[in-house]
Amino acid sequence: MTFNIYDLTTFFQWVDEFLRGAMAPAWAVTIEWVLIGLGYLLFFAVMGLFLVYAERKVCAFMQNRIGPNRVGLYGFFQTIADFVKLMMKELIPIKQCDKFLFNLAPFIVVIVSFLALSAIPFGPALHAIDLDIGILFVTAVSAMGVIGYLLAGWSSNNKYSLVGGMRSGAQIISYELSVGLSLMTIIVLAGTMKFSEIVELQAAGWFIFRGHIPAIIAFILFLISSTAEVNRGPFDLAEADSELTAGYHTEYSGIKFGLFYVAEYMNMFIASAIAATVFLGGWMPFHITGLEGFNHVMDFIPPFIWFIGKTFFVIWVIMWFKWTFPRLRIDQLLTLEWKYLLPINLVNILIMSFLVLMGWHF
Amino acid sequence: MSNFTKYFTDLFSGVKSLLVGMSVTGKYFFSPKAIVTQQYPENRKKLKMYDRYKGEVIMPHNEHNEHRCTGCGICMVNCPNGSIEVISKRIDAPDGKKVRVIDKHIYHLSMCTFCGLCIKNCPSNALVFGQEFEQAVYDRAKLTKILNKPGSTIIKGIEE
Repeated sequence: MTFNIYDLTTFFQWVDEFLRGAMAPAWAVTIEWVLIGLGYLLFFAVMGLFLVYAERKVCAFMQNRIGPNRVGLYGFFQTIADFVKLMMKELIPIKQCDKFLFNLAPFIVVIVSFLALSAIPFGPALHAIDLDIGILFVTAVSAMGVIGYLLAGWSSNNKYSLVGGMRSGAQIISYELSVGLSLMTIIVLAGTMKFSEIVELQAAGWFIFRGHIPAIIAFILFLISSTAEVNRGPFDLAEADSELTAGYHTEYSGIKFGLFYVAEYMNMFIASAIAATVFLGGWMPFHITGLEGFNHVMDFIPPFIWFIGKTFFVIWVIMWFKWTFPRLRIDQLLTLEWKYLLPINLVNILIMSFLVLMGWHF
Repeated sequence: MSNFTKYFTDLFSGVKSLLVGMSVTGKYFFSPKAIVTQQYPENRKKLKMYDRYKGEVIMPHNEHNEHRCTGCGICMVNCPNGSIEVISKRIDAPDGKKVRVIDKHIYHLSMCTFCGLCIKNCPSNALVFGQEFEQAVYDRAKLTKILNKPGSTIIKGIEE
């Protein structure tokens, strides 16, 4: 049995056959579910912690500082230490809050990130659910996170939290439009919503290159609006430390706050992964038609590395936004969406449809 | 300017100003030499302080053990916290006049807020800020310092 790191299909088939040979099919399926769930849980925790560390380092370098550098080599274990600290901190009970909703809210936020993560293709065969309407599923599910924020804001019985939650709601309702429309621009070009097919179609060239200028504009619009959708700076009005202490999670302490925190970073990862998959070719290596040697070298890098590399590039760009731009006011935020992003998006999708109709794309 | 052109000029000038900001932070990100953080306990041996650092008030002496203080007491009057005491005395100069010289220039570091008013107001530039900052001691009395060294005299030509 030989395993190929470029395509893990044979490996997963082997595991499946082994389990089915060893026990009843129902048990085999259950164990596979548990294994996949554990894999995602592990990925969620490790990636969340790593992203917090990466954010602190990137932020530090952009501000001419060093950043965490005491725990482990280059401070690599700093976030693990922080996580252990958060786990051991007291969960302060709030008087006169809606206890059930208060405890439910962080789980809704985390479950929503998990659901969105499940549809992302990490590589060939590294894909939990390959829905025909993958993009629709991810955008629909990731918008549900706002229910968690609103519940957190409402149930805390705190004005700051409520204002933060409401802002988060207004923000996601407006920016979800731009996210959807910018993705739709590429769906028009690709002709499918299935993630695996979208990636396969980009074997000849990434959509950001194949779609000319409309694809580049759609990429930029997607970056801006998904930054707003995951409540990150410069659109972090839902937290707005200087006005609302911490917004919707003001009253949360210990690991409940930690869940919100990790979910925020995972949402950033998901937004970047979608951007990388839809615009930058997902796990597809970078190919230039005609340069055979170059293409072979690019093929040598495993698809998972390609995917993670592209995703990290987009994450870095989003962090670059956060540590450069000042936070917008709520009216500026809505003006940006309704007066600028939405009209540009509508015109852009029209141009893209025209290009596809005339067959002027690559 | 019509609203139509204003819309687009606003859009492009906004994008341009955002790009300027991103170029600054992007440049910092890729230039590790620009990091200003000092890793203090490790680099204690070769730590270099900046000239404008306000460590403590000192009175510089030259190689002949001479300072520039006339004992006028302006620093003492100007100090908001009363952390300076100037004790001066009058001695007979060789030409027969009575001359004021300082006996002790007492500086209470424990009361000093490093505002720098004494240094700014000194007419003869006798006081400056030193670079020393490791001031932790076990005895509070050690924070009361006498700035003029024993046996020191004033540089000739400073008086009035």
